[in-house]
Amino acid sequence: MSLEIKINVIKPRRQTFAHVAKRLGEDKPATRYQEGTWDMQPTTNFHYRPIWDSKREIFDTGLTIIKMEDWYTFNDPRQFYYGTYTLARHKMMEAEDSHFKVIDKNKMMDLMTPEWLQKVKEYLLPLRHFEWGANMNNCDSADKAYGVAVNQVMLFSAMDRLGMAQIISRIGLQLDDSTGKSLDQAKIDWMESDLWQGVRKMLEDSFVVEDWFELLVAQNLCMDGVVFPLFYQHFEDAGRDQGGVAIAMLNEFMQDWGKDEKRWLDHLLKVTAAESPENAIIMSKWVSHWMDRAVNAFTPIAHHILGDEAPNILQSIRNDIIKRANKSGIEI
Amino acid sequence: MAEKRKKKLGIKQRYSMLTRGLSWETTYQDMDKVFPYDKFEGIHIHDWEAWEDPFRLTMDAYWKFQSEKEKKLYAVIDSFAQNNGHLGITDARYVNAIKLFLTGISPAEYQAARGFTHVGRQFRGVGPRVACQMQAIDELRHAQTQIHSMSHYNKYFDGLHSGPYMHDRVWYLSVPKSFFDDARTAGPFEFLTSISFAFEYVLTNLLFVPFMSGAAFNGDMATVTFGFSAQSDEARHMTLGLAVIKFMLEQDERNIPIVQRWMDKWFWRGTRLLTLVAMMMDYMLPKRVMSWREAWDIYFTEAGGALFKDLERYGIRPPKYADIATKEAEHLSHQAWHIFYNYTHAAAFHTWVPEKEELDWLSEKYPNTFDKYYRPRLEYLDKEEKAGRRFYNDTLPMLCQVCQIPMGYTEMDDPTTISFQSSEYKGDKYHTCSLGCKDIFDYEPEKYVQAWLPVHQIYQGNCGGPEIEDVLKWYNFNLGADNLDYSGSPDQKLWNEWQAHRKKA
Repeated sequence: MSLEIKINVIKPRRQTFAHVAKRLGEDKPATRYQEGTWDMQPTTNFHYRPIWDSKREIFDTGLTIIKMEDWYTFNDPRQFYYGTYTLARHKMMEAEDSHFKVIDKNKMMDLMTPEWLQKVKEYLLPLRHFEWGANMNNCDSADKAYGVAVNQVMLFSAMDRLGMAQIISRIGLQLDDSTGKSLDQAKIDWMESDLWQGVRKMLEDSFVVEDWFELLVAQNLCMDGVVFPLFYQHFEDAGRDQGGVAIAMLNEFMQDWGKDEKRWLDHLLKVTAAESPENAIIMSKWVSHWMDRAVNAFTPIAHHILGDEAPNILQSIRNDIIKRANKSGIEI
Repeated sequence: MAEKRKKKLGIKQRYSMLTRGLSWETTYQDMDKVFPYDKFEGIHIHDWEAWEDPFRLTMDAYWKFQSEKEKKLYAVIDSFAQNNGHLGITDARYVNAIKLFLTGISPAEYQAARGFTHVGRQFRGVGPRVACQMQAIDELRHAQTQIHSMSHYNKYFDGLHSGPYMHDRVWYLSVPKSFFDDARTAGPFEFLTSISFAFEYVLTNLLFVPFMSGAAFNGDMATVTFGFSAQSDEARHMTLGLAVIKFMLEQDERNIPIVQRWMDKWFWRGTRLLTLVAMMMDYMLPKRVMSWREAWDIYFTEAGGALFKDLERYGIRPPKYADIATKEAEHLSHQAWHIFYNYTHAAAFHTWVPEKEELDWLSEKYPNTFDKYYRPRLEYLDKEEKAGRRFYNDTLPMLCQVCQIPMGYTEMDDPTTISFQSSEYKGDKYHTCSLGCKDIFDYEPEKYVQAWLPVHQIYQGNCGGPEIEDVLKWYNFNLGADNLDYSGSPDQKLWNEWQAHRKKA
């Protein structure tokens, strides 16, 4: 049985905004993602050029050498606009917070062997600076991106990187009884330890990359393509028999996030490569260059944690990046 | 250092660890290359660490608060749509305020999002950078939630169908567009002074509060719920505005004259932009909240007065021409409404001559000016309209080179003389509507000569064709529906049918 409440139905005069209907077809109801994304960015008749860079317009397709006929060809497969984005992240964060509570309550950090605890301090805590660098890079891509579809994905991602830098910091504070000592040491490692200098140099070099799409590929496909499997899967596995279960639990946010990132990123790469052979060739060069840099940069820390297994694991990670790129239409 | 600290971190230190503790001085690349834009404006910062975080929000807390607010807001928006919320507003004339908002303000929210994204990357200080990033994503929220709140109106009323498209083209929308373009093309410190301080801190109560109170008074549940939902974001943005001003002023005394000049400029540009709000408050709300004059007295003269008193100790004085702006509060809405009444055929919202009780209300609220200057004119227009001689102005107005408002404002001490200023630059003459706009032009003529002035563009043949109708089609107007008087409009016809149907039911 079904119940039917009678309501006063008034026929709408139109289903959505004209610029949305133009893409969707007349007289179709639009989703919130579509109304809040499509063609919302100004495209023409800008009044002034930036006094800090008079070569460019406020919104300018020329800030990358990637060419798209239409920058809304890409749509976020997650359909994230602000509302759905914050809800999704809050849900992930609730789970993470409950892990923190359980671990604290059951003193699960104490299960770690002293050797592994030291390793965690050496590999995981300095990574918060890497996440902060990723925040800068994705913020930069969001700043220069053309069209709301790519811009908002990058802005959400930038905020996520700040969030993950803070989660890693909280792990540090849990390890050092909230004195901040472990984080101070992690920063010294980041600045001085040989394990990290290749990574730091790579990140700092990426800060001055001008092309925002290159930066997006470098950060999200190449650097993250190494970091997420290496740190949150292989390093975690290495600690499994040394009482590393608490760290494994706390890595869950990052693991889920990494999957989420793949969804929009691989789709963006696919759409962009499908646009033209020129795009695919340019991206191929970027992927080759930054993937090799990333693999090399993380080699010392991989050796430090994984020992002799490191070369094979790095090779398989490299292969996975190539596989993803190929699947997206970028030949490596 | 680290060894000495044994105690647990306090809240402030913990927040600091979770934000500025993440950053480092780059050594493989020069800091000036990593942050190339935060020095050229001449603002001297000696110690970024001295930045006081105006609010301490980590991302976990941000996601929590914001997602809770979003959940509530969208529940109301859904229910508004499901229950034909638009039938509950005071009168369909009210929707014209929404049209102005969606085409004039919502695109500006997105501009703000992009501007804060830029400075959220470009400051070398982490404290302000994190605060700016949060504001960037907040502003995206405002753009999107406004579109979603007002989407329902678009389904039933005219003039709301092409907000972003119109924003890039339509003559009066170049007023807000050029304002935000101006801010975004400025350096990062000037951007924050313009948007965070002048706009968010000094003037937001004159934009946000009137629109949202107007929504509340006129039964617009969707918009007022957006307003309540955005309130705590706005409070954060205001705090950031004041923090950044104090930071600049405290860092170096050479910053003071620069900041003062920006305050003068953005105060004046802001008051010009607020003309649209003044008109909305005095003329477009069927149920009025307060007059523009009253709002100005409360939110600028009193609140702004206290603020500038507080800033006096830094060597800051109230914005230049604040006295003129205060005098203008007696006139602005009437003069602006008159301009739009002249050009309703070229606007995507309707105008009308106020009804008798509304004229009486204006007489009461503006005892010094309304009966003397403006009521007779409106009554004359009404008489002409009723005699079948509705007046439309068929020649295009000259626009101010800076604020881009038609040059129809008068001298405040002589409301029968048009205020008119001009400057020479590289052999050409440029016109401005006021001393405030002239000062802005004269300081940076190379910037303002670039302005995309709609009237010039029309005359140069860049806007669809030589006839007004060509231009309006180029604006994507539905002629005879989006434009012209409210009286006789499809909006009015449908509204009357809905109301009649409701009474019958």
